[in-house]
Amino acid sequence: MSQVSPRPGDPVITPALVAEHGLTTGEYERLVAMLGRQPTFTELGIVSALWSEHCSYKHSRPMLRALPTSAPYVLQGPGENAGVISIGDGLAVAFKIESHNHPSAVEPYQGAATGVGGILRDVFTMGARPIAMLNSLRFGSLDDPRVRYLFAGVVKGIGDYGNCVGIPTVAGEIVFDRPYGTNPLVNAMCVGLMHERDLIRAKAQGVGNPIMAVGARTGRDGIHGASFASEDLSAASDAKRPRIQVGDPFTEKLLLEASLELIKSGAIVAIQDMGAAGLTSSSAEMAERGDVGVTIDVTKVPTRESGMTPYEILLSESQERMLVVAKKGQESAVRDILTKWDLTAAVIGEVIAEPVYRVTEGAVVVAEFPGSRLVTDCPTYSPEARESADIHALRDMDPLSIAELPEEADPAWTLERLLAAPTIASKAWAYRQYDSTVRTNTVIGPGGDAAVLRVRGTNKGIAVKTDCNGRYVYLSPRVGGRIAVAEAARNVACTGARPMAITNCLNFGNPTRPEVFYQLREAITGMAEACRALGTPVTGGNVSLYNESPAGAVYPTPVIGMVGVIDDISHATRSTFQQDGDTVVLIGDPGGELGGSEYLATIHDTVGGAPPSCDLDHEKAAIDTILDAIGEGVITSAHDCSDGGLAVAVAECCIANSDAQLGAEIDLSGNAGKSNREILFGETQARIIVSTPDPDRVLQIAASHHAPAERIGVVRGGTTLEIKLPRGALRAPLSRLSHAYHDAIPGIMARTPEHATFEELAPVAAH
Amino acid sequence: MKFGIVTFPGSNCDYDAYHAVTEVLGEEAVYLWHKDHDLQGSDVIILPGGFSYGDYLRVGAIARFSPIMQEVTAHAKSGAPVVGFCNGFQIMCEAGLLPGALLRNAHLQFVSAQVRLRVENADAMFTNLYEGGELLRIPIAHGDGRFVATTDVLDELEGEGRVIFKYADANGNISADANPNGSERNIAGIINEGGNVLGMMPHPERACSPLLGSTDGIRLFESILSRVAA
Repeated sequence: MSQVSPRPGDPVITPALVAEHGLTTGEYERLVAMLGRQPTFTELGIVSALWSEHCSYKHSRPMLRALPTSAPYVLQGPGENAGVISIGDGLAVAFKIESHNHPSAVEPYQGAATGVGGILRDVFTMGARPIAMLNSLRFGSLDDPRVRYLFAGVVKGIGDYGNCVGIPTVAGEIVFDRPYGTNPLVNAMCVGLMHERDLIRAKAQGVGNPIMAVGARTGRDGIHGASFASEDLSAASDAKRPRIQVGDPFTEKLLLEASLELIKSGAIVAIQDMGAAGLTSSSAEMAERGDVGVTIDVTKVPTRESGMTPYEILLSESQERMLVVAKKGQESAVRDILTKWDLTAAVIGEVIAEPVYRVTEGAVVVAEFPGSRLVTDCPTYSPEARESADIHALRDMDPLSIAELPEEADPAWTLERLLAAPTIASKAWAYRQYDSTVRTNTVIGPGGDAAVLRVRGTNKGIAVKTDCNGRYVYLSPRVGGRIAVAEAARNVACTGARPMAITNCLNFGNPTRPEVFYQLREAITGMAEACRALGTPVTGGNVSLYNESPAGAVYPTPVIGMVGVIDDISHATRSTFQQDGDTVVLIGDPGGELGGSEYLATIHDTVGGAPPSCDLDHEKAAIDTILDAIGEGVITSAHDCSDGGLAVAVAECCIANSDAQLGAEIDLSGNAGKSNREILFGETQARIIVSTPDPDRVLQIAASHHAPAERIGVVRGGTTLEIKLPRGALRAPLSRLSHAYHDAIPGIMARTPEHATFEELAPVAAH
Repeated sequence: MKFGIVTFPGSNCDYDAYHAVTEVLGEEAVYLWHKDHDLQGSDVIILPGGFSYGDYLRVGAIARFSPIMQEVTAHAKSGAPVVGFCNGFQIMCEAGLLPGALLRNAHLQFVSAQVRLRVENADAMFTNLYEGGELLRIPIAHGDGRFVATTDVLDELEGEGRVIFKYADANGNISADANPNGSERNIAGIINEGGNVLGMMPHPERACSPLLGSTDGIRLFESILSRVAA
């Protein structure tokens, strides 16, 4: 071990400084014990970043072990920059989802843009070329002008970054609900395609190999971003705006091309994004994975400005940078590739045999930790978990105890309101700002159940989707966790793709509160059950805690990013009706569960009741049925039945494609035991609406999988949706439904700041 | 016939153009690096879409100064075919190969959509396999696609049949509702005086496969083949 002494001018380590760095007294004592002395300021900074919740997963790691992570086709499970699965033909798919919630709450444009940039780098550092982006977004009510500002800024940030790099943004979801008002969720997922032989891992190896910083220069932006992401949002958060990074998608595009060339060149052994906690975490994690020591000289790091301290260089989260372990003697080959793309590359350190993590400033050692303990010594916590009595009481509420409004006598009135609810309404306002067709692989783009991309050189396709209903998870975390996985699988299956594996982004509140920790534990348990039952292992993901502000916590939102494979791309199936005269078949139970529904939230402003049950055998039967039926070519459209229930799902089949709308005559009058609202708007799971020219065959296939299925109507004409009910009927012109669905969000967003009144803007400005 | 596809550092549709030429047309294609001065014997030059140099300044303003543009300009002046899609169109206007300019979309948002184009001139090098007035389904994806020029220039372009595509609605009407970006007179694509240089904001290279929803772009490439081969 070397002599490490405080750097002249460094602040003295005091309990207050330790607290400011987010370390508990216990964690600080652990650090002192590990070092056998007091840390320097630089060392304190390093540990504050690496032991932050964001980097260390200290409240979630023990529980994440409950998730299944293996299957014969999983080439890389959790622990790397991204998960990788084989799709046959020597090809593999790398994918990962990550949150950028806290930055987006304070600076929506840059917060979202750098979220896209970070997840792109995670995928291309595996050796994969990114082929698709998805986004899972949660905002408060769009009636709030600040929420409109956040929504518009996030969408523009996502679009400007992805469009410039040239990766199509093809799918995702956007939900609007009050608990996300001050703490939006911005989760970005990237999917990449690669040859299996190009798979590279971020594992430092080979004593004497040089460590190189490549890409953009290091500046003073984003210092302590990781710690910022690991605390509650508060009135003070705005003052931490400098912790937010600034993205440069053009540099990212150059870095993408240069990195893929580097990997193909064989001149490097490992590559990792300098993401959260920048140089510190990338170097420490690569050393830990490779079980080697590293030494880094901060004076060799290319910087944007002079006078940066080791502390600043190590903790900077400047974007578009990579850390590379090159093969000794290949430094100039690396430099040549970076120069071709007008980027810098500098040797900043080397892999050493001595098991230490050492940082020098020239010849002076400014930080040194024993071995990999810097990463592995971080404590883990399993605090008390207890369900909130208030939420328990909400769940016990009987949804039918809520009286119908007089207007509900006409179910078309209710349906129109649901179609216009921003969570259900068309999201074209957002996804029209995303280039969804660049790279010419997008077979089914935004607006469908899942997006489908062709795989060139094969007959295959990849289907991708993100999903989670946070309200269900709030009311019953275990059931909600199961549904999140099942719904994502169902969506992917509706396009004809076999669900293969997931990545997940666990967005929760402050885990030191027992009711939040309970939600986290139960939701993971539910997800694990569904992943096992559906054969979709977890290949990685991200945990984002402390998503709360003085207004309270967000709904617990474990977002699932699902990847599926279609063997024959010509079978890729759309969600909207395609053909007049087709029979409409409901696969699954008629159901009618109203607990936790969009109906209760939108029509009655109520969150309560038990969320729909999730029987995983039923889910599997529905998925197997739809896959067999699509594989046999007897399905013309397939749509998952979820938010808003059967009526909303059928209406979407009729109107979602505004270029080719088709009406339908549906008969649900046989469900005499249930009220109209249960039949129309209940959100029973494991249901799929299909249209088919051969209903007998579809029913046979369903029977062979023991999935309930019945004919419920026909696709007919272009003007009206009619649903016969035990009492009366729902009759609505498509034009009215279409107006509600397609014009809702553009109508609200037309109330942009330019058009807002001074009274509306005042709170935005004051924020 | 050999197609040369220029790769500026921020080009991201070069790959799409390459595949349209090689896989759909079955012709030869090469990538031309922006720092080079060599067209490698290409007959047709494509300036693809993307964000040439980041385009943080005016779009295409830096790209026009890149080394390869000297040869591209000479190629155009010689009467040989040069086509620019999206960012390529923007670069052409900056380089003076085509008149007018492309400004930020009128609604200030990036717009990605499948639009309809009406063929205004079916005799051009790039449109001779289309019918006059035919409606095409072609995707757009741009933030700066609002074509503007002086009234004189617009009148001249229209008078000489150099406006070859306009944004139209489902019935073929050139309406304000069908205009996705606020372009003057719904102009989507124009050619130069010599008829050998085409610039258009829509992406015909993305409309070359039934799987992707449209094959209307194929005949644009085939038109060049038939005219140049003839």
